[in-house]
Amino acid sequence: MSQQLVPLLLTAVLITRYFDLQISRYENFATQSNNNRVLVRPVAPSRGLIYDRSGKLIADNRPSYNLTIVPERSPDVEKLLTDLGDVISISERDIQRFRKRLKQRRPFEKTNLRFNLSEEERAALAVNGHRLVGAETSARLKRFYPEGELFAHVVGYVGRINERESQTIEAVKYRGTDSIGKIGLEKFYEQQLLGTVGSEQVETNALGRVMRLLDKTGAQSGDNLTLHLDSNLQRVGLDSFKDQRGALVAIEVETGGILAMVSAPTYDPNLFVTGISQKNYDSLLYSKDRPLFDRAVRGQYPPGSTIKPMFGLIALQEKVVTPNYKIKDNGYFYFKGIERPWRDHNFARGGHGDGVDLSKAIIESCDVYFYDLGVKTGIDRLSEYSAYFGLGSPTGIDVPGERPGIMPDRAWKKGARGQSWFNGDTINVSIGQGFMLATPLQLAVMSARIASRGEVRTPQLVKAINGQEQPILQPEQTINISDRHWDYVHKAMQDVVHSNRGTARSISQGLNYKIAGKTGTAQVISINAEEEYDSSKLDKRQWDHALFVAFAPADDPKIAIGLIVENGEHGGSAAAPIARAVIDAYMQSNPSTTLVNR
Amino acid sequence: MHRNDFVRQLNSPGGDRRPSRVMHIDIPLLLILLALCSIGLTVLYSASGESIFYVKRQATFMLIGLFSMLAIAQFQPRVWERWSSFIYICGLLSLVAVLFFGVGAKGAQRWLDLGVTRFQPSELMKIAVPMTLASYLSKRYMPPRFKHVLIAVTATLIPVFLVARQPDLGTSLIIFSSGFFALFLAGLGKRYIISTALLAMAAVPTLWFYVMLDYQKQRVLTLLSPEQDKLGAGWNIMQSTTAIGSGGWNGKGWTEGTQSQLNFLPESHTDFIIAVLAEEFGLIGVLTMLALYLLLIGRCMIIALNAQSMFGRILASTISLTFFVYIFVNMGMVSGILPVVGAPLPFISYGGTAIVTLFLGFGILMAISTEPKRI
Repeated sequence: MSQQLVPLLLTAVLITRYFDLQISRYENFATQSNNNRVLVRPVAPSRGLIYDRSGKLIADNRPSYNLTIVPERSPDVEKLLTDLGDVISISERDIQRFRKRLKQRRPFEKTNLRFNLSEEERAALAVNGHRLVGAETSARLKRFYPEGELFAHVVGYVGRINERESQTIEAVKYRGTDSIGKIGLEKFYEQQLLGTVGSEQVETNALGRVMRLLDKTGAQSGDNLTLHLDSNLQRVGLDSFKDQRGALVAIEVETGGILAMVSAPTYDPNLFVTGISQKNYDSLLYSKDRPLFDRAVRGQYPPGSTIKPMFGLIALQEKVVTPNYKIKDNGYFYFKGIERPWRDHNFARGGHGDGVDLSKAIIESCDVYFYDLGVKTGIDRLSEYSAYFGLGSPTGIDVPGERPGIMPDRAWKKGARGQSWFNGDTINVSIGQGFMLATPLQLAVMSARIASRGEVRTPQLVKAINGQEQPILQPEQTINISDRHWDYVHKAMQDVVHSNRGTARSISQGLNYKIAGKTGTAQVISINAEEEYDSSKLDKRQWDHALFVAFAPADDPKIAIGLIVENGEHGGSAAAPIARAVIDAYMQSNPSTTLVNR
Repeated sequence: MHRNDFVRQLNSPGGDRRPSRVMHIDIPLLLILLALCSIGLTVLYSASGESIFYVKRQATFMLIGLFSMLAIAQFQPRVWERWSSFIYICGLLSLVAVLFFGVGAKGAQRWLDLGVTRFQPSELMKIAVPMTLASYLSKRYMPPRFKHVLIAVTATLIPVFLVARQPDLGTSLIIFSSGFFALFLAGLGKRYIISTALLAMAAVPTLWFYVMLDYQKQRVLTLLSPEQDKLGAGWNIMQSTTAIGSGGWNGKGWTEGTQSQLNFLPESHTDFIIAVLAEEFGLIGVLTMLALYLLLIGRCMIIALNAQSMFGRILASTISLTFFVYIFVNMGMVSGILPVVGAPLPFISYGGTAIVTLFLGFGILMAISTEPKRI
């Protein structure tokens, strides 16, 4: 009977085994089977949009098509790469980057090979699809800047996440997206713009192909930003620079909101979104005009005479000078114990003459008056007050990479130069030269704080997030200066434009409102007292920078401006007309605000 | 002579006028086979990804098999006894032909291309070897002498070796066991059995180092620890045990097995089809099918006991025992207690030649079962 027994025994073995698998270890295997087929896939959120103050779209998302590969689905990836190269153009660099990405991905994840396929390329891939198993074109949203170069520096751009970034970001949040804000607002507001990644649970087969959708958690779009920026002002500002280099910042006095922020020359941020070509990048990077450099927040220039109204206010408040205090300027300023005199910018014409008071010193930009004022006030008080006006430290604007400028004082010089402070240093600073540096943004902030009579606002670009108005950033302090001093200096600044001796009188023609301003000139190279500055003997890139700060309307300031034209020579002729154009544009589009507040 | 014929008619089942007897059909056997075939087609439909194409093809082969079985049943067992050596030689020659002209897939060379269809000689040998041995041994002394054992063993080992070279370890194992069963049923002494067992054990290292190919060794290693290489060699076992285990008592329902429907399970419609059945119908499904198999084997054993000749007895028993080996090897390998060898599950796995060969075997059993009784 053994021949019947053996099968029965072996059957018992089988039953034991199947019972063990199916009943004793059921839970274990049921879980395993579930994990097997359920795959959680990220759903990319759409990046928050960016609008200007009037709702004009300045950062949009548009569909773009990428060529992706899932190596697990391809019988031979190397051959696939060669085959793809026959159909569309794939560079050695594309392949190198693809291999790099391949190392970071998870199994069955689509890996990008080429970005931004053209219509023709997509068609070619579709036609040859049968022999390109494992490759597919996938659509995703791509950042698009409809205004092109207009907002390049301020809004910035997104680009593909690089290796360094991928180590610092929270990987989970970026599942499903391959872009990240690189500079500008796109970087500063990255967390808000990014949105929340969604997920879908899909059932897949062993090849990773999706069979059906089990569950979906929608992605949440990023927050939409509405900026204080006004496209129109921005356009007028940028166009006014023509082919000159420089920067302009316009601030809404009441809120600290940035109305325009221009750095010229500029570039097209769309080039960077899906990876800029080496050739384009090199031409931007090595251009003598440095278009990639954001002069508005990163350019640090000697502010020159633009700081004179501020220093005048400080001296008045500290009772160092009074409106009645007058000096005689014959073109030179001698300081006790120093042989070499400081000269006025118009020393050649014999100075500003007799009876120069603070008002005249501002209107005609008399240096000798300010040498005297500066020494009398002292660097300690000058630097202490200047900080309230926004000089010497970052203003706190909501873009990354802002430079602090320099408002020197004793401690600074000790730290930076290892030397004590000399009166000569103060004399240089008192006309905005020497160690002093400021960004165009800081000049605009200073101008806005003079316009607001000491009401301090932190400059901000974002006006509203998802339609929710952002609070005005208003630090506690108000600059403590008497009203009559403000009146006095405002009047002097108004006369810079509107009196017939003002350095910016050329822009007053045809004005039906009042602008208050102050011109400035900043030396690019140092000229000895014995020599004369003669632009005809200098290379144009060594010409003085032209600066201008302004606010308008002078009697009820709404807009304040700081700007520089590199190598523009004269603030009155090169810089002031740009300010006028922008302010004109502002006044035209905001006639009501002027009326309502009256 | 005339009278004898009359008596023979009277006393023999042949005298039985029931249609089944006249047509040489063993009704219980036929019913069990039909039941297995229907289960097979049902599971295949699901396992092939709900492919009517596969089901139709398989059903066609089943019909061919059924008719072949009935045709074979019409011949008296002694016809097969007489022709067995010839069939064996033909099979052996075609096996040699496969070595030189064979076609195949996945690195194995198993088929002969006959133009119209493809033919797998190793399948034929599953029947030819036990038939030849039964025929040879039944005419010799019981228990067989050493010389006869030697000849029988040689006759078994030649095809075993040829098939193993294809390589098709599963079929080679089946052929080996059918030869072994034939010898065992012919009354081989205990001494032989014990020494064969010892020899087999001694052969293991030899096989490991000199005969087995790397991928075959890998399969054995994989059996011992499938987790080591989840996406490589261990994949099949991991996936099939997961499929079986996640079936539970009742299973996930027909065509609802996620493991198989989503292609996690490899070879789901051929060698690994039992995993689909286990996943979708649970342990209850597995037990039902095992019960049918045991019924089939039981019926075969009864036929063997009632066989009119020694040849019939040995052959029937060998076929039924070999049939059990098929089941054990397949269900054992899919559930991870045996190494993965190519072994289909009878009547359930997709595969034309295998199905037809199975029916041929049961055709001979029907012939044995309905052989007129000798007085």
